[in-house]
Amino acid sequence: MTNIPETGRTPRVQIRLVVIQILVLSLLGTLGGRLWYLQIRNGDEYAKEASGNHVQQVVSPAVRGSILDARGVPIADNETRLVVSASRTDLSKMKDDGAAVLAKLAGVLGMKAADVRDKVRLCDAKTPQPCWNGSPYQPIPITDEATPKQALQIRERAEDFPGITAEPQAVRRYAAPGKANTAQVLGYLSPVTDEEITKAEDSDSPYLRSDQVGRSGLERQYDSELRGKAGVTRYEVDNLGRVIGQAESDKAEPGANVVTSIDSRVQRVAEYELNEAMKVARTEFDKNTGENYKADSGAVVVMEAKTGRVVSMASNPSYDPNAWVGGISGKDYTKLTGKASNYPLLNRAIQGQSAPGSIFKVVPTAAAINAGYSFEGPYQCGASYSIGGQVFKNFESKGYGPISLGRALEVSCDTVFYGLSHAEWKKDGGITPKKNAKNWFYKTAHQFGLGKETGIDLPNEVAGRVPDRQWKQDYWKANKDAWCKSGKKGGSYAQQIAYENCLEGNRMRAGDSVNYSIGQGDTLVTPIQMATIYGAISNGGTLYDPSVGKAIISPDGRTVQEIEPKSHGKLPMTKSTRDAIDGALAGVATRGTAAWRFDGWPQDKIPMHAKTGTAEVYGKQTTSWFATYTKDYTVIMTISQGGTGSGASGPAVRKIYNALYGVSEDGKIDQKKALLYTPQKNLPKVQKDGSIDSPKAEVYPPKEEEQATEEGQQQVAYDNPAATVPNTGTGTDRNTRRRSARHPKKRRRSLA
Amino acid sequence: MTGANGFSVSGYGPERAGWTRLFARDSLARRLDWPILFAAIALSFIGAALVYSATRNRTELNQGDPYYFLFRHLLNTGIGFALMIGTVWLGHRTLRTAVPILYGLSVFLVLLVLTPLGATVNGAHAWIIVGGGFSLQPSEFVKITIILGMAMLLAARVDAGDKAIPDHRTVLQSLGLAVVPILVVLLMPDLGSVMVMVIIVLGVLLASGASNRWIFGLIGAGALGAIAVWQLKILDEYQINRFAAFANPKLDPAGVGYNTNQARIAIGSGGLFGTGLGKGSQTTGQFVPEQQTDFVFTVAGEELGFLGAGLILLLLGVVLWRACRIARETTELYGTIVAAGIIAWFAFQSFENVGMTLGIMPVAGLPLPFVSYGGSSMFAVWVAIGLLQSIRVQRPMSA
Repeated sequence: MTNIPETGRTPRVQIRLVVIQILVLSLLGTLGGRLWYLQIRNGDEYAKEASGNHVQQVVSPAVRGSILDARGVPIADNETRLVVSASRTDLSKMKDDGAAVLAKLAGVLGMKAADVRDKVRLCDAKTPQPCWNGSPYQPIPITDEATPKQALQIRERAEDFPGITAEPQAVRRYAAPGKANTAQVLGYLSPVTDEEITKAEDSDSPYLRSDQVGRSGLERQYDSELRGKAGVTRYEVDNLGRVIGQAESDKAEPGANVVTSIDSRVQRVAEYELNEAMKVARTEFDKNTGENYKADSGAVVVMEAKTGRVVSMASNPSYDPNAWVGGISGKDYTKLTGKASNYPLLNRAIQGQSAPGSIFKVVPTAAAINAGYSFEGPYQCGASYSIGGQVFKNFESKGYGPISLGRALEVSCDTVFYGLSHAEWKKDGGITPKKNAKNWFYKTAHQFGLGKETGIDLPNEVAGRVPDRQWKQDYWKANKDAWCKSGKKGGSYAQQIAYENCLEGNRMRAGDSVNYSIGQGDTLVTPIQMATIYGAISNGGTLYDPSVGKAIISPDGRTVQEIEPKSHGKLPMTKSTRDAIDGALAGVATRGTAAWRFDGWPQDKIPMHAKTGTAEVYGKQTTSWFATYTKDYTVIMTISQGGTGSGASGPAVRKIYNALYGVSEDGKIDQKKALLYTPQKNLPKVQKDGSIDSPKAEVYPPKEEEQATEEGQQQVAYDNPAATVPNTGTGTDRNTRRRSARHPKKRRRSLA
Repeated sequence: MTGANGFSVSGYGPERAGWTRLFARDSLARRLDWPILFAAIALSFIGAALVYSATRNRTELNQGDPYYFLFRHLLNTGIGFALMIGTVWLGHRTLRTAVPILYGLSVFLVLLVLTPLGATVNGAHAWIIVGGGFSLQPSEFVKITIILGMAMLLAARVDAGDKAIPDHRTVLQSLGLAVVPILVVLLMPDLGSVMVMVIIVLGVLLASGASNRWIFGLIGAGALGAIAVWQLKILDEYQINRFAAFANPKLDPAGVGYNTNQARIAIGSGGLFGTGLGKGSQTTGQFVPEQQTDFVFTVAGEELGFLGAGLILLLLGVVLWRACRIARETTELYGTIVAAGIIAWFAFQSFENVGMTLGIMPVAGLPLPFVSYGGSSMFAVWVAIGLLQSIRVQRPMSA
């Protein structure tokens, strides 16, 4: 201490004062340290938190691109609706929270004031529907059915309606031009999920809460192209949510348009004729089961043989894709996904797999030639083929004597293929395969592209199955426990099968190879796979990846990105084999199993090739298959539990060709009537403003015929085309809700 | 020593004429503690800017005039400055004679709060509405009178040369003097002020040279009292919540923890340089409650950054540092005790106020000296500056 006190000051006080001083400064030091910790060390973190605090986003959704058919006719587009919405941000600035404005608005819209008020209130635990459970900064739609007059009233007197907007907004529409609904190919949209938002957060195209996402079909496949980019305006808000400034904004960019190779006219024909064929099949008696054919489902593919482009793809049962617009109701959803309706959401052309039956025979034909057998043979076509007491019959137990492979295709002689496949099986070592087993019949099937996806530009394609030795081994491994448990020697048929499978299900038995040779047994194919194969036979051997998308056209029409056909291989056959098979398949259409269906067909002008198939399915009625091609098109049709190939599917396929080529029943060709005499090469014309020319769609079949047949239509889930969706939107999709239960009739008319 | 006229301190050097006299050696101007004065003025002006930023768009408070609070803060500063001059002019020794009256007056005002004249603001029943938009917070003045009263009792016999340290009876008397208003303030309840007063008592006793037993006894009693208050549920629910939220603001981010959390976000987002005055989104968006009063430091943190907020701490440090020097250098115990009481008051109140915005202290309704908006507080701290100046002016030069 420099200054010793003169009066009454003890050193104790001085020491304590120093202690106080040190204490005080260390307190300040503590504050300084903490300040440094918060502001400098963790400053970025808090800055981020602060910006999240005071910025709110308002999203203006991008207009989704259209899906067009090959001629430019929109099959999925948007319709404009006058949507009246209220901004809570503006309303909350008013003294009465906008009650007066809303009451006035209710008057203009002809609604009850209370209803309007309820629509703009925010949902919470205590508030029942109707209420708004989207972002409070998002304009809240009050109605999407405003008339132009009402909209005009609101807009002209904007000063009377602060915070209220009446604007046209785009909502998805599946227009079904000429009644071609194309449901499964188009797919559908539904609101984005929280999980998807989180997942796409850091990707190039993050989702916004208001986004609709393609869930299936083209909507899903081309989602990123169609979606566009939503506009986002960021507002700075205060603690009460009042807007205090505009931070930044990105304009909405509309999505691109996708031109497909679908021709909606052909599509309509395909859908209509498939449905007709199934209806007819249901009237036919099946003597094997003792009841009429069920014809529960079916599919048609019309494909350009030289490019793999899909001209039409129909799957039955079908549904109205508009049911998804604006949020599907629980009732509709159950209907569309239930067993009772037989899963109409499935696109059976790419997701339906079944044994191909005799249309498979082109595969063993090629396999036999690759294995060294000659095309000409001759090979014995007996009424049946026996292996160790087990008898494998020819179709209808009819024999044709010694014939060539070509003739075997024409008359669909099973026993010829039994014999060849059995011989190869033995050569490979029979039940205990040799090390260098050639497995010609299975190898060839793989080379044909079977057992794996064709690569079509539609999601969730299934692969089918080639039941080769490897598959048998894998399948046995997966199932042997169940088989060994349920199997019983000398039990019921199913028990006995299980018992046998348990013992040697991993081995390829002679019977397996025989069944396989005619596309039976465990063989599974999809219609699109068969279309690819028959298309390849037609075009000289190129297996194209089937494609639906043809081009992506930017919204301004300036950039056109064409989707070129891709191939995934060549058929494993020489040109001469191809020609021989081609000739045989022409024979099928002229003098073989399909000849009665192509009676009077102008074969000289439009050479027709065909192969019929009738596949047996354990416990079910036979599957009808019909594979056909000309030089430009291939048409594959299948009807589950529909009867024979030519019987059930024949007339429909013939009618599709009639429509394509303008052929009348008597065989005359009228190219003016032809829908697509040659495949559509050019893309639709794009105008300078980005709009795309679209011709008018005609209705098929012509009026008088339609009225007679349309009645009594029995399609499941399609019998209620309006699919009225009550207002159970999930909040974020409110502004795209497009239907209410009130005027379904009126709406339908506007779609036509 | 008369001390009655601080402007012509007699007995120190010859009288000189004109302005030279003002700056002459041993003159008043030379004797004033300029750093503490400048620091206090700077803090008040920084406070004015922060208060302005926090209130300029709070239309529900400022009656549509963005400068309303700025003006009032400057007015309060002016009045406070005048009070300081008055205090220096009177001198702390003169005031010593008036202590009984001042003490009685302040206790009376505090009691008045408990009558229907009192008003509740933010859960604390601590105000008297005077009218004309003015209100008084008597607990602010009690802080001064406790210091003066205790100092008077404790220093009387020591300064007279009778004793080296205050005896137990004197200490007891002085404690009784402090306990009366503290209990009243506790009843309001204004817990923040009670905490400050207890710390003041501790500081005063330390500086008085009272026996160590008193010091440790008081600390022990304080701890026991705190436990008792906690256990006997003397505190209101909201006060306990505030404590809980301080410990973990994420427990209740929408409720009590909201304050601390938003305050921390505001300060943390300031970074080194801050967003600039009036540009802080947390402040502009009014995310931090009570931002012109208790949470004024968050405005500095967000808009002036580490440098600005650090400057405030530095200026507070200057005030406290100089106050410590004044306490150490004065020769009479009375001045020492008063200065120490003021140091304890300023130091704890600043630490508590800034600490709660930084999330290291529980939330309590205390203003930041000079910076926070509020008349009573501003007047009280300026009177305290006046007392410090007076102690310094009247100490004999050590040279």
